[in-house]
Amino acid sequence: MTIGRTLLQVNGATKRFGGLIAVNGMSFDVKEHEVMGIIGPNGSGKTTMMNLISGELRVTSGRISMQGSSLSDLPPHQIARLGIARTFQLVRILPSLSVIENVIAGGAFGHAKKWGSGARFFAESLLEKLGLAEQMYQPVDALTYIDQKRLELARALASEPQVLLLDEWLAGLNPTELQVGIDLISSLRDEGRTIILVEHVMDAIRSLCDRCVVMNSGKKIAEGQPSEVLSDPEVVRAYLGDE
Amino acid sequence: MRTNDWQSIVIAVVLFALAAIVPFIANGYQLSVAVTAVMYVGLATSWALFSGPTHYISLASGAFFGVGGYLVATGMSDYNLSFWLMAAIAPLVAAVLAILIGLATLRLSGVYFVIFTLGLAEMVRNLVSWIQNNFLGSRGLYVLTDFTEAHIYWMLLGVCAIIFIFGWWLGRSRLGFALRIIGNDEAVAKHVGINTAWSKVILFMTTGFFAALIGAIIAPRYSYIEPNQVFSPELSFLVVIMALLGGTQRLWGPLVGVIPFTLVWEFINSNFSNFSTLFLGLAFLLIVYVIPRGFVGLLQTWGEKIRT
Amino acid sequence: MDIIISGLLLGGTYALIAMGLNLQYGVARIMNLANGELLVLGGLASFWLFVFAQISPLLTIFIVAPFAFVGNWLIYRFLLRPLVSRAKTQGQLEVDSILATFGMSFIFVGIMVMIRGEYFTYSFLAAPFEILGSTVAQNRLAAFGMAVVIGLALYLWLNHSRAGMAVRAVSVSPDTAKLVGINVARVSALAFALGGAVTAVGGTLISTFITLDASVGVIFTMKALIIVIMGGVGDIRGAIIAAVILGLVETAVATLIDPGLTLASAYLIFLLVLLFRPQGLFGKRPT
Repeated sequence: MTIGRTLLQVNGATKRFGGLIAVNGMSFDVKEHEVMGIIGPNGSGKTTMMNLISGELRVTSGRISMQGSSLSDLPPHQIARLGIARTFQLVRILPSLSVIENVIAGGAFGHAKKWGSGARFFAESLLEKLGLAEQMYQPVDALTYIDQKRLELARALASEPQVLLLDEWLAGLNPTELQVGIDLISSLRDEGRTIILVEHVMDAIRSLCDRCVVMNSGKKIAEGQPSEVLSDPEVVRAYLGDE
Repeated sequence: MRTNDWQSIVIAVVLFALAAIVPFIANGYQLSVAVTAVMYVGLATSWALFSGPTHYISLASGAFFGVGGYLVATGMSDYNLSFWLMAAIAPLVAAVLAILIGLATLRLSGVYFVIFTLGLAEMVRNLVSWIQNNFLGSRGLYVLTDFTEAHIYWMLLGVCAIIFIFGWWLGRSRLGFALRIIGNDEAVAKHVGINTAWSKVILFMTTGFFAALIGAIIAPRYSYIEPNQVFSPELSFLVVIMALLGGTQRLWGPLVGVIPFTLVWEFINSNFSNFSTLFLGLAFLLIVYVIPRGFVGLLQTWGEKIRT
Repeated sequence: MDIIISGLLLGGTYALIAMGLNLQYGVARIMNLANGELLVLGGLASFWLFVFAQISPLLTIFIVAPFAFVGNWLIYRFLLRPLVSRAKTQGQLEVDSILATFGMSFIFVGIMVMIRGEYFTYSFLAAPFEILGSTVAQNRLAAFGMAVVIGLALYLWLNHSRAGMAVRAVSVSPDTAKLVGINVARVSALAFALGGAVTAVGGTLISTFITLDASVGVIFTMKALIIVIMGGVGDIRGAIIAAVILGLVETAVATLIDPGLTLASAYLIFLLVLLFRPQGLFGKRPT
């Protein structure tokens, strides 16, 4: 699908924790139907960046906006209602809810506001699409790790988000599962969804991302197509150190 | 509606009708125990609507209940206002109070909330006594009405019916679902678009509203009221014990906790009153260590065993 | 001036009680709502030994402390530890420990009512004493002195001994403490027991100048909790300052307005803290 207009804009976003600057003057745009990767070594501020977008954390300075309206001062639930959905770095399932209720939870309050039989029907179709049709009525604690990840993704998709944030969604999967996971995200991309993903798995970055931003020590050090960026000497230095 | 729902409705209506004829067949003592039981059914059920899904343990029931009783008493005694007017105002005052407390404490972790509500009844009592002693003069207040014990019983039963209908609606509403999600994982709740602070405050407000309404309705039972009697910290604990003993996962859970506990409590208070505090303590330990999911949990476990 | 002196003296004793709760909540992560009853038990022991054996409360603390230590250790080991192990989340443990310690507090009250249902009144060092132009009772001063000595000893132990360091490490991060080879379960039990002993000693001291009775514990639990939260959980310096603030405000309200409003004034402080500094006086804003 062709890449459209700019959906999300990050402008000079900075987050300070006491003396530590976790994110330092980050700026980038995300366009409609685009899959954007945020990569960088451990501790470079990727997850903090995600938390700034989803409203879990507030920017110290700078501005994040979606289609012109500012997100920087909004609490997370309002950001969710504007159409930003996320998964968490460490998978977070709602343990006392059934599988299908977990998905309905994603759509009932946020952007989509689906409720009643419509919500149930939509949740069923999402679970089928993500390969969880058989587990639909099982208790959530019976799910395998990848199924939990799928469920979390289904919950995020239930809100019909304009922008989907995936925070290391592929982390912790074994090689077979990893391929399944990459294919799944790839199918989302083919649907024309706008996705920002934080990832360590380079294969996934190469095959999934239209563009990526590289962070190091809270700053953006490179931006562009994955193949270009990954051969950039400064990026290589950031990952491997000065030798 | 599914067949299951119809079944539940029929059972509920039959039980309610049976409860309504109690005053015709019970003797005076039995009726007074029944009034107490219905009062606690209302208090514990509305308590569980908020504290069940969110796990915020509220000890504010005593304070709200006291606000209800006290406002009725002071309105009728000091200002010559009608019982009905005061019974309508009192829950609204408690609701406003609950909103203020909720806004201050429900943004924070559960510990802060428990601590704040722990001394609330005592604090409000001190404040009310002080205002009364210094500005209003009198200490005791009279609540004189034509109500018999049976009238009070039916009014409380009516309030219980409203609470159950509200709970039934809540269980099917987005708000009820939001509370369950909050109880599971507040961070997820926020990120799926739930205004967690308001959801909690609204539910806490309804608990406060109903507790004050019940406090107002039961006030005529005592005819003479003083702050030391209506602001009872013990009441808050009894409500918590009864609700948890029954189990908060089901709307009818607190009901199955209240009835046996009221009978045992009545028995202990009249025969071994020295041991009543000790008994409360043991009841708490029983809930934590033996039946953490209450009678409802026990029934479910047995049900599963029978099936397998 | 009278208010400041009495307020300071009261605050000193409050600080000791809050230190006990801080050890239990800050290190063992158990919000012990039976804390006030423990304090009253300390007071009851002091009353008994004074009335029936003429033992000075200042000596009683040496009897109370080991008993309270062992008792609290047993409570932690056999009643609270199982809750810690079965809890899946911190929230679950919070709810369970709140309910369990409520149960214990009622049981303590129940037992104490059976032993003595009336006020624990006795007179020890009640003679007036002149200090900086104000007259205070000697017992208040003695209690304050002991509180300072015990608090100081505890502070030195925490900051300059190996065991103290382990306790502080667990208070900062139990998971990291585990990684460096600290037995978190044992340190938690130790901190809980020590906290209980400190609280009970605080009760012995308080009973020399405040009349206690079996059911008054919950008020002290409230006050200790307010101090700990105001000072910031685990922050000893914060707790001392918070205790002094509470002591001063309470004394001022009791003297200038009405003694019946001390709890209401404590609530007002609590409310302000919750609204403006829920992380404690010196705490950093959580991120």
